[in-house]
Amino acid sequence: MSQSNIMPGFRPTLGFTILYLSLVVLIPLSTLVFNSFQLTWDDYVAIISHKRVLASFRVSFTTALIAAAVASFFGVIVAWVLVRYSFVGKRFFHALIDLPFALPTAVAGIVLATIFQPSGFLGKLLIDNFGVQVAFKPLGIVVALIFISIPFVVRTIEPVLLEFDTSMEEAAASMGASRLQIFAKIIFPNIFPALLTGFALSFARGVGEYGSVIFIAGNIPYVSEIVPLLIVTKLEQYDMEGATAIALSMLVISFLLLFVINLLQLWVRKRSGQF
Amino acid sequence: MSILLSDISKNFGNFSALDHVNLEIPEGELVALLGPSGCGKTTLLRIIAGLERADEGKVLLNGQDMTDEDVRNRGIGFVFQHYALFRHMTVFDNVAFGLRVKPHKDRPSEAIIRKNVHDLLNLVQLDWLHDRFPDQLSGGQRQRIALARALAVEPSVLLLDEPFGALDASVRKDLRLWLRHLHQDLNVTTIFVTHDQEEAMEVANQIVVFNKGRIEQKGTPSEIYDHPSNDFVSHFIGQTNVFHLEKGDSDWLKSAGIVLDEPRGITAHVRPHNIAVEKQTDKPMSPIFLKDWQHLGATIRLELSREGENGSAKTVFAEMPNEQFRQLELAKGDKVSLFIKHAHWFN
Amino acid sequence: MSAIIQATNNTKAQLQHHALHEPTWVKTSLIVIAVGFLVLFLCLPLGLVLFQAFSKGWGAYWLALTQPDTQAAIRLTLLTALVTVPLNTVFGVSAAWAITRFEFKGKSFLTTLIDLPFSVSPVISGVIFVLLFGAEGVFGEWLAEHDVKIIFAVPGIILATSFVTFPFVARQLIPLMQEMGNEEEEAALSLGASGWKTFCQITLPNIKWALLYGVLLCNARAMGEFGAVSVVSGHIRGMTNTLPLHVEVSYNDYDVVGAFAGASILAGLAIVTLILKSVLEWKQGDR
Repeated sequence: MSQSNIMPGFRPTLGFTILYLSLVVLIPLSTLVFNSFQLTWDDYVAIISHKRVLASFRVSFTTALIAAAVASFFGVIVAWVLVRYSFVGKRFFHALIDLPFALPTAVAGIVLATIFQPSGFLGKLLIDNFGVQVAFKPLGIVVALIFISIPFVVRTIEPVLLEFDTSMEEAAASMGASRLQIFAKIIFPNIFPALLTGFALSFARGVGEYGSVIFIAGNIPYVSEIVPLLIVTKLEQYDMEGATAIALSMLVISFLLLFVINLLQLWVRKRSGQF
Repeated sequence: MSILLSDISKNFGNFSALDHVNLEIPEGELVALLGPSGCGKTTLLRIIAGLERADEGKVLLNGQDMTDEDVRNRGIGFVFQHYALFRHMTVFDNVAFGLRVKPHKDRPSEAIIRKNVHDLLNLVQLDWLHDRFPDQLSGGQRQRIALARALAVEPSVLLLDEPFGALDASVRKDLRLWLRHLHQDLNVTTIFVTHDQEEAMEVANQIVVFNKGRIEQKGTPSEIYDHPSNDFVSHFIGQTNVFHLEKGDSDWLKSAGIVLDEPRGITAHVRPHNIAVEKQTDKPMSPIFLKDWQHLGATIRLELSREGENGSAKTVFAEMPNEQFRQLELAKGDKVSLFIKHAHWFN
Repeated sequence: MSAIIQATNNTKAQLQHHALHEPTWVKTSLIVIAVGFLVLFLCLPLGLVLFQAFSKGWGAYWLALTQPDTQAAIRLTLLTALVTVPLNTVFGVSAAWAITRFEFKGKSFLTTLIDLPFSVSPVISGVIFVLLFGAEGVFGEWLAEHDVKIIFAVPGIILATSFVTFPFVARQLIPLMQEMGNEEEEAALSLGASGWKTFCQITLPNIKWALLYGVLLCNARAMGEFGAVSVVSGHIRGMTNTLPLHVEVSYNDYDVVGAFAGASILAGLAIVTLILKSVLEWKQGDR
C-alpha cells in the first residue's frame, strides 16, 4: 500500500474496517449469490416467472412508483415552503420531516393501518364520502410508501434550494421574465436533478419496504402482496430456493437503482457547482 | 435615459442604509457609485433597478415615475457581482433569455434572436464560446457574457454591481478600459458600484462618493481628487496626510510653509505629492528625518518621521518622481526639511 | 389554517414584487398545501399512537407495559442496541480514519461497499443470515451439531441489526473528515503528539457532533428495525421478540392497547431522536 504521509494507524484501521465489513456485510451478502448458483437457469426462470411472483413485482413496482411520484410532488412544495417562507410552526415541521426515518416501520405500519382501515378515523371518512377504501388494497401500500418517502425527497431538494443563487432569479427578472417564467426556466431546471434523485431514492426504498406496508396492505396474493412479503412467505414455507431466487432478483434491482442514484447525485453536484 | 432619485431612504431594521438621497444622472453618463462597504451604494443600485424598494422617495427614469414599477418593466440591464449566469444554460441561451421571455407579441423570431445574440457575443468578443456552459468559462469571460446578456434586452440603463470585484488584478485592468470604451460606443447610461477609488477614477466620467447612506460629493474624477468637499472624500480618494491644528501641529505646519494667519479649518489634508522634500544640512536641530522609502514604480514614497505631540514619533508620507529622488541623494536617517505646496482645510 | 400563516415582510412591498415573489394567495396556498400534507401524513400518525395507547386509560397502558413479555422485549431491544451501536461506532470511526487519512487503491470502491446495506431491502438483510446460519443454511448442520443457535435466537437478531445499521456512523464521518483535511493532525504529530493522543485531542473534538449524530441515527434504527429482525427472530414471545416485533405480535392478536403501548415507547424514542437530531444539527451548524 502506498502511504506517503506521516499519519499513524493505517494498517489497524483499514484492517479492522475490511474484517468487520467482510463479516457483517460481504460474506452474508455473497451467501445469497453463492446459494443461487445451486439453482439452474431454468429453475430460476421458473420461480421468477410464476404468476404470483410476477404479480408481486408488479404490485411493488407500481405502488413504489406512484408513491415516489406523489411524494416528489408534495416534497417540492414542502421543501420550497420550508426554505422560502416563514410561518408559525416552521421549525416544528422542519424537525418532523425526519419522522419516517426515526419512527420504527412497524409502528408506522400499525398506525397507518389503524387510521385507514374501514372503521378507522380517515378510512371511514373516505369510504362514507367517496367510496374509496385505502387499507387492505394497493392504495394502502401507496399511502404507507408515501409516508416513508417524504424525508428522501424533502431532504434532497432542501439543500439545493438553500444554496440556490437567488441573483439568478433577479437577473431573469431584470430581463423581463415573469415569476412563472422564472420558476419554469430558472428555478425548476436547477432543482430537477435533486428532485429526480429524491424520486429514485424513494422508489428504491419503496420497492424494498416491508414493515410499514404489511399491516395496511392486506397481503392478498396477486393483488396487494409485495415482493419482500413473498420472500418471507417462501422462507416460512422452507422454500429456500424460491426465497433465494426472488431475493437475488431484488438485490440486483436494488444495485441497479443504486448505480442510477449515484449517477444522479453526480449530476446534482455538477449542477450545483460543487466540483 | 436620465435618472432622477429624489429623497430616497431605506432602512434595514434599525440600520439606515440610505438617508434621504437625491441624485440626478443625465442621459449617456458613465457614473461610479463609490464608497466603503456597507455605505448603501449597492442598495441604491438595487433600488434603481427595482430589485429593492425604497422606504421613502421616488425613482424617475426619463422623467417617468417608476417607483412602484416591477423590475421586469423598467428597461434596465443589471450585471450582478457574481454574474448570476444561468448555470444550466449555454452561453448562447443565457444571452437569448431576455428575448425569449418576452410576451408573444413582442418576441422576435428565433432567426432574429440568433442574429442578435451572435452580434452581442461578437461585441464582447466571445462568440466562439456560444455553446459552452458558464462553469467552463474564466472569470473575465463570465463577466463579459453577463454584460452581453444584460445588453440583449436593449436596456436604457445599464447597472453593474462591483463589476470587477471577483476578478484577478490583471484581468481587472483590461476589463476596466474595455468597459469605458464599450460605453463610448454604445452610449447607454451606465452606473456601476465600486469600493475601489482607483477603479472609479479610471472608468467613470462622474463619481458619486457615498458614506453611511449619504452622498458626500458628486463630480468628475478631477473635481473629486483636486477639490474634495470634505475630509471623508479627501481621505477616501487617494493618499493623504492629516494634520490636526489643535493637537500641536500648528507650529510645525508654519515651519513647513503653510501660513496660519487665517486658519481655514482645524485639520489640514496634504497629498504626498504636494510635499516637497529637501536634504537638510545647515539646520541640525530639524526634527524630521528619512525613516524608510519604497519604490512604487514611477514614483518613490518617502516615509518621514517627525516629532509629534509630547515627543512621540509621527509619520509623514511624501512622493516624488524617481529622478528627483535620485538627485536628492538621500540615505535612511538623513535629516530633511519639508515644504507643503498645497493643503485642503476641513473643519 | 390561516391563523398559522403569517406574512414575512412588508406585505405592501411584497405585492409589488411580481417577478421576485409569489403573490400572497399563491404563497398562502402553498403553505396550506405543505402544512396540510405534513399534518395528514406525519402529525396525525404520531398523535394517533398516543391516542390509541391511552384509549383504555392509564391503568391498561401501564398494565400492558409491565407485562413480562413486554418487559422481555424492551430488554432484548436494549441489549441489541447496546451491542450493535458500539460495534458500528468503532467501525465507523476506524473506516472514516482509514478512508479519509490515507490514499490507497480501491478506496472509492470500499466507500461504496460500506453504503451497501442502505440499498438492501430489510427482508433480504434477514434472509442472508438465514441462508448462512439457518437449519438448511451453509453452517446449519455444523451449528446444530455443536448446539449453537443463531437463527431464531439473540445472536441472529444482533447480526441482522448490525447489518442494517452498519453504514450510519461511517457515513456521517467520512464527508466531514474529508472536508476537514489532515493539516491539524499533521501539526499535532509534528509537535510530537502520539497517534492516539492526536486522535483524542485533535480529531475527536472536531468530529464529536457528527459522531453523536451518527450514533443517534444508528441507535434509532437499531432499536426500531423490524423487517430484518422479523425474518431471523422466529417471534418467540418473551425470548426473541424485540419491541417492534412485540408490537406486531400484539397487533395481530388484536391487543390494541398492548400494541400501541409498545408503539408509544418507540414513538417516544423517535421524538427524542428528532429533538436530539435538531439540537445536533444546530451544534454542527455552529461549529
